[in-house]
Amino acid sequence: MESVFGLVGKDFAIVVADSSAVHSILLHKTNEDKIMLLDSHKLMGASGETGDRAQFTEYIQKNVALYQFRNGIPLTTAAAANFTRGELATALRKNPYMVNIILAGYDKETGPSLYFIDYIASLHKLDKAAFGYGSYFALSMMDRHYQRDMTVEEAVNLVDKVIMEIRSRLVVAPPNFVIKIVDKDGAREYAWRESIKDAPVIAS
Amino acid sequence: MQIFEYNGSALVAMVGKNCFAIASDRRLGVQLQTIATDFQKIYKIHEKLFIGLSGLATDAQTLYQRLVFRHKLYQLREERDMKPETFASLVSAILYEKRFGPYFCQPVIAGLGDEDKPFICTMDSIGAKELAKDFVVAGTASESLYGACESMFKPDMDAEELFETISQALLSSVDRDCLSGWGGHVYVVTPTEVTERILKGRMD
Repeated sequence: MESVFGLVGKDFAIVVADSSAVHSILLHKTNEDKIMLLDSHKLMGASGETGDRAQFTEYIQKNVALYQFRNGIPLTTAAAANFTRGELATALRKNPYMVNIILAGYDKETGPSLYFIDYIASLHKLDKAAFGYGSYFALSMMDRHYQRDMTVEEAVNLVDKVIMEIRSRLVVAPPNFVIKIVDKDGAREYAWRESIKDAPVIAS
Repeated sequence: MQIFEYNGSALVAMVGKNCFAIASDRRLGVQLQTIATDFQKIYKIHEKLFIGLSGLATDAQTLYQRLVFRHKLYQLREERDMKPETFASLVSAILYEKRFGPYFCQPVIAGLGDEDKPFICTMDSIGAKELAKDFVVAGTASESLYGACESMFKPDMDAEELFETISQALLSSVDRDCLSGWGGHVYVVTPTEVTERILKGRMD
């Protein structure tokens, strides 16, 4: 089961996700990117049903872009989170999306923020959050080591501690993780933590 | 998996002398896992009307948004705030609309009506109102709350004593319920002021 977790530091937020694409007992690939860049300053890490995850996050990304086109200004992180919750809540009693989301963003006025959005559309603003089997280890490690206003180095240290814990204690531990960060300079990929590398695809 | 026990909650409202108090726990959980310890379950509709929503968090958030919308519309049309009795009827109607696909919430409504007379009521998830003169309870800890309130309540308490009583009733009840707790949130409302206090109880 997929692990996604995130935390808020001093003027930035980090989202980490595993990168394995699993179908039953088969591991299709180990470099699947599950953290979507919604716009220049927002990250959406998602876990759950593969098709729903890809479809839903892309749907949200395009709607966030549409808002910016129509209104000339980007959505705030809180607005994007509430929009996402609205879409999940509307679909809940018709055709639910089985996607759990950690939405992180940076706003000039309010700084970094992180939102936990369940697949049944429960929304809560938090400093640290996690989904999946990895959450049992992630939340405990973060409860122990997290402090407010951590620097990027301290936060990545904590992220590495969490990844080490997941790798050593989860029986079906995902081999690789992707780390993305969002701060005043925007949302971007920070690093990969790989213990298995896929064979390179040879262009024919 | 019981849907009403998915997130966990405890709510209580009590009547005093020309005042009322409404209190909730602060936990947001996903079954056995605690996600947040600062989750708000009591919402202000206007200065003299509060609603607490227990049960499934996503439905509580959706229902709250719908109720605020309806109340704002009422304010625009009637140019005044809704009376608590009217609001209770509105909540009941909205819940019964979804009779065969209900919101999994149990509301607790508390307000000061005409001549600042305290009003409290609760209802089940399909809108069956239960008016009471002394106290009303809801949530996963409701059975404990019934016992605690029955033994601690006396009529015509002033705001200070009411605060103490409702706090003790809440904390002792949530300590017997694993799905609610992590502190308390108490509002004491008199005709002249609203006091909001956070309680620190057993943080587990």
